[in-house]
Amino acid sequence: MLNVTNLSFSVTVDGKRRDIIRQVDLTVPDGKLVVITGPNGSGKSTLAKLIAGIETPTAGRVIFNGEDVTALPIHERARRGIAFAFQQPVRFKGIRVLDLIRIATGKSLSAADACEYLSAVGLCAREYIDREVNASLSGGELKRIEIATVLARGAGLSIFDEPEAGIDLWSFQNLIAVFQKMRANIQNSSILVISHQERILNIADEIVVLKDGAIDRQGPRQAILPTLTGTMDLGCHKQMNAQGGCAGC
Amino acid sequence: MLKLDEIQKRLLREVADLHQVPEGAYNIRSNGQSAGRQSTANIEITSKTDVSGLEVRIKPFTKNESVHIPVVMTESGMKEVVYNDFYVGEGADVVIVAGCGIDNCGNQDSQHDGIHRFFVGKNAKLKYVEKHYGSGEGSGKRILNPGTEVYQEKGSTVEMEMVQIKGVDDTKRTTTARLAAGAKLLVRERLMTHGEQNAVSTYVVTLDGPDASADVVSRSVARDKSFQKFDAKIVGNAPCHGHTECDSIIMDEGRILAVPGLEANHVDAALVHEAAIGKIAGEQIVKLMTLGLTEQEAEEQIINGFLQ
Ligand SMILES: Nc1ncnc2c1ncn2[C@@H]1O[C@H](COP(=O)(O)OP(=O)(O)OP(=O)(O)O)[C@@H](O)[C@H]1O
Ligand SMILES: [Mg+2]
Repeated sequence: MLNVTNLSFSVTVDGKRRDIIRQVDLTVPDGKLVVITGPNGSGKSTLAKLIAGIETPTAGRVIFNGEDVTALPIHERARRGIAFAFQQPVRFKGIRVLDLIRIATGKSLSAADACEYLSAVGLCAREYIDREVNASLSGGELKRIEIATVLARGAGLSIFDEPEAGIDLWSFQNLIAVFQKMRANIQNSSILVISHQERILNIADEIVVLKDGAIDRQGPRQAILPTLTGTMDLGCHKQMNAQGGCAGC
Repeated sequence: MLKLDEIQKRLLREVADLHQVPEGAYNIRSNGQSAGRQSTANIEITSKTDVSGLEVRIKPFTKNESVHIPVVMTESGMKEVVYNDFYVGEGADVVIVAGCGIDNCGNQDSQHDGIHRFFVGKNAKLKYVEKHYGSGEGSGKRILNPGTEVYQEKGSTVEMEMVQIKGVDDTKRTTTARLAAGAKLLVRERLMTHGEQNAVSTYVVTLDGPDASADVVSRSVARDKSFQKFDAKIVGNAPCHGHTECDSIIMDEGRILAVPGLEANHVDAALVHEAAIGKIAGEQIVKLMTLGLTEQEAEEQIINGFLQ
């Protein structure tokens, strides 16, 4: 379970202070799938980075399974069970998909076992397991490998930042299935997904709407989802891109 | 015949992956003397009479055979220059594994300069692997200056893998190659320097015949206060393809100088040079830390992968 209290993050740009995250209170209970949505630039990725320890908050606390992890570095939080799939995954020259999955599990996993995670995200494992995680991978392939590494972590809190971005429509079905399966198998762990996709919002237990770095509203899906459908400004861009293009964006 | 102590055995493992006497032809040079030699029906190894070194003659159409010629040095203060000539006969397909390991526990410099010449016959295929390794706590330097000359006849292919990851204080590597029509040269160099080490790598590849091609790729990491220079020149005298690439990670107070050189003397010579030098991307470290590695472990993983 994750508890975030009064979390704030400010930066100084050209001598002027900018508040990017403002006094956010958020709970992600065990056994739940929580989806954060909100306009581009509202601070969703920043909030995820604060939870994973990639950014340091200006104020507030991050409590994970009852422990205050606010002062812990990234890897210490990871070891306690926080996993994070980046919105824009990183490429590495010379590190293979298999290596990344092994690092993620912390074991010298067999190639066959590692393949399972790739199959789960719809990649033909045999073709990918020995490939380098470098520029030769397409954006969508990279994104799915990123998701696979987080699945491999089997973490207490799995955070996915816009997992749908760059993933084709057909694979998107599989992705939803992956989250549903994860959702069905979490008793002592939880999932936090940042998304603009209605189909992902549809499988949420709870929805959090972020606006200008603050929580605009949050609650059970049934209560929040109806309030979103009329406000397509909350992410229509991304949604249309994921479905194959919106020339105007 | 083969009498090697534990340090020498360790050096052999590092530079030639040798755990025992190799199969096929070999010559093991230890502290300036031959510690073992074997020729085969198709590969003859003889000593030069005028200077120190070997002549290795590989009969035409010899297939799937290998030659190991590792060098180990464990005496501090030793300096040697060795001239080895390799004649790879027409249509042969062989692997040559060279390599030099120096263990210097003393306070005098140890130096091995290996001058290797390869005469590669028509349509022959050669894979050449050369590893350098240095160890020992002494203040004496471990110095290796390999000189490599490659002469490729029509349709021949040479693949060179050069590796120097640890412990060599000073290296000047000079490689020249001349390629006739349809010949192909692939060079993969991997280099890591530490401390105050210095490594200079110079290539001059001349593509003389039509359809000759060369691909010279260096991946390197410069740590601490070390210095590297990668100077690769390709000369195209015919319709040909040449590509050089220097891809480097710089750390600490390391320094790297990449000098591109392309000379096209024919309108259909297509020559490309790429060079990229930079520190490890912060986001790569962050990504691996989110998988549970410490910053240092993440760095090691990234470097190991990069030099793989
Ligand atoms: N370290 C930083 N320094 C300056 N500005 C920052 C920093 N981190 C984030 N920002 C700014 O904060 C805002 C929120 O960024 P963030 O990436 O969290 O948005 P987001 O909600 O994830 O958007 P998107 O939907 O496009 O992914 C942006 O305007 C961004 O430029
Ligand atoms: Mg974002």
